[in-house]
Amino acid sequence: MIKTVVSSALPIDEKLRIKKNVITNGNSKKRICIVTGTHGDELEGQYVCFEIIKRIQENITMLDGTIEVYPALNPLGIDSITRGIPNFDLDMNRIFPGNPDGSMAEAAAYAICEDLKGADMVIDIHSSNIFLREIPQVRINVDDADKLIPFAKMLNINFIWVHDAATVLRATLAHSLNSNNTPTLVVEMGVGMRINHKMGNNLVDGILNLMNNIGIWKDKIDAKLIAEPTVSRGDEVIFLNAAASGIFITEARNHTIVEKGEEIGKIVDPLTGKVCQHIFATQKGLLFTIRAYPVVYEGSLVARIHRL
Amino acid sequence: MKKEIIFNMKSPYRDDFRIHAFSFGKGAKSLAIVGAMRGDEIQQQYICSQLIKTLTTMEEENKISPDCKITVIPSANPFSMNIGKRFWALDGTDINRMFPGYDLGETTQRIAASLFKAIEGYEYGIQLASFYMPGDFIPHVRMLQTGYEAIEEARLFGLPYVCIRQPIPFDTTMLNYNWQLWGTKAFSVYGGQTNNIEDQSTNLTIDSILRFMKKIRVIQNFKQKPGFHAMIMAEEKLITVKADKGGIFYRLKSPNDNVRAGEIIGNIIHPYEGNIISNIISPEDGIVFFGHNKPLVLQGSPLFKIIVD
Repeated sequence: MIKTVVSSALPIDEKLRIKKNVITNGNSKKRICIVTGTHGDELEGQYVCFEIIKRIQENITMLDGTIEVYPALNPLGIDSITRGIPNFDLDMNRIFPGNPDGSMAEAAAYAICEDLKGADMVIDIHSSNIFLREIPQVRINVDDADKLIPFAKMLNINFIWVHDAATVLRATLAHSLNSNNTPTLVVEMGVGMRINHKMGNNLVDGILNLMNNIGIWKDKIDAKLIAEPTVSRGDEVIFLNAAASGIFITEARNHTIVEKGEEIGKIVDPLTGKVCQHIFATQKGLLFTIRAYPVVYEGSLVARIHRL
Repeated sequence: MKKEIIFNMKSPYRDDFRIHAFSFGKGAKSLAIVGAMRGDEIQQQYICSQLIKTLTTMEEENKISPDCKITVIPSANPFSMNIGKRFWALDGTDINRMFPGYDLGETTQRIAASLFKAIEGYEYGIQLASFYMPGDFIPHVRMLQTGYEAIEEARLFGLPYVCIRQPIPFDTTMLNYNWQLWGTKAFSVYGGQTNNIEDQSTNLTIDSILRFMKKIRVIQNFKQKPGFHAMIMAEEKLITVKADKGGIFYRLKSPNDNVRAGEIIGNIIHPYEGNIISNIISPEDGIVFFGHNKPLVLQGSPLFKIIVD
């Protein structure tokens, strides 16, 4: 059943509607929510929403409980290739838990948060941005690590990054829900403005596996088919930032082991034909982020490596 | 006047990105002023340019107090202003959400780090800021309550209001917040508008900053214009009046206007048929502090903030 979570009139003959698809079967009161589309340039979650609804509807008797799928928390952004909410200054994933008395965006964030509260699990799917390509991973705030890592391991992803509890991240949807006893996993995978079917299918398998483990999905998935992720805790992630401005070119492949001193890529000047900077791995490790958008300034992130 | 470049970065295709600082006087780091950090903060940059012009003359006339150094940074983001973007043009990040910065981090973190290094350690700091919602204000001083806020000294600007509010997590990366935590008495001055430099509020803001400089004794032998004894108010006490419908907004009351309970203070007009589809009513007696100033409104948008106490 399609339900509208937020409805608000735009100035001219149009309504902004944030919708969810609610699918229920069986007697269980358990509920899992799949949310995505917070950033309008991140599209990997669109395929996941489509595929999981399709698979569940084809095997509805396997469902024992409720799955709610929210494909577009920021429908105007997705529809206009805009990362943020059009005509709104702040990043939507920095205004949670929202404010019923604030702007339209803040009031929408509040309504979304209230709607999700109490779920047995929320999966918040992101796909980096147009600049960086990510291997499928779950990111977990260190404060929630012990509680969430066991669930993240069920998701058939390659990497779990336990990161510091930065104050600014308290304004994310995931933090707002986790601090309200609604367990929420943040998935990052792929690159902005593109869809990778293989990654999407793997995550759908993982979501069904997690649903099976928490008692919402009866079909057991062979544990051998579920990927064993690398877990990164503490100070194990190395950031490689550009030291020069120019065009970043690379032959490096994500999700590979790089050796210390191995070239990750170079920054070149198209006007002079000169190489401005060679970028080398400073440690041996798992390359899990690589820059996808070639134009870089000094400081632009070009790669992240999990030290081995 | 000493002019220096505090940050220089090569661009792949454009001229170098530069941040300029202008310093006056010598000695103790007394006052730093920061103008535009976003590409549409033209009024903020213009105010700084006028202050630089005034301070240049004052220095020649020995009106900068002994052992006082004043630094003005008119813009930390000329690249965005030159191409009509509000945020950093390549990735859309906001420099004012990157403080205290990180000199080995992403580009805008590096810009913020260099800027912060240049203005750190000053006794007083003024940021000319803009609001995240479209609208105009009664000119006022705004501060976050970090536990270090210097509320009484905010009155020295002589603006009618000092608005204080509790920081939320997202605010912890703003200049005002970090300046306070690093020991500077920091004030954000909201001059009313962003794009318009001919507005009356521009001169009011310039006068208020000069008045503040005189009161904290970093300039001398200067006759300042009289100001207000500011009312201090908490932002959460303001009454928000929202649009109950989407449409074309016709504002009937402006900032600083008195309003009465039940008075119609704006209309929302049907975008095709031209009739009034909603009268916006003031819920209480008060003074308009903030008014939405764009012709289109979304349902649920805050249109007015009213001072009722």
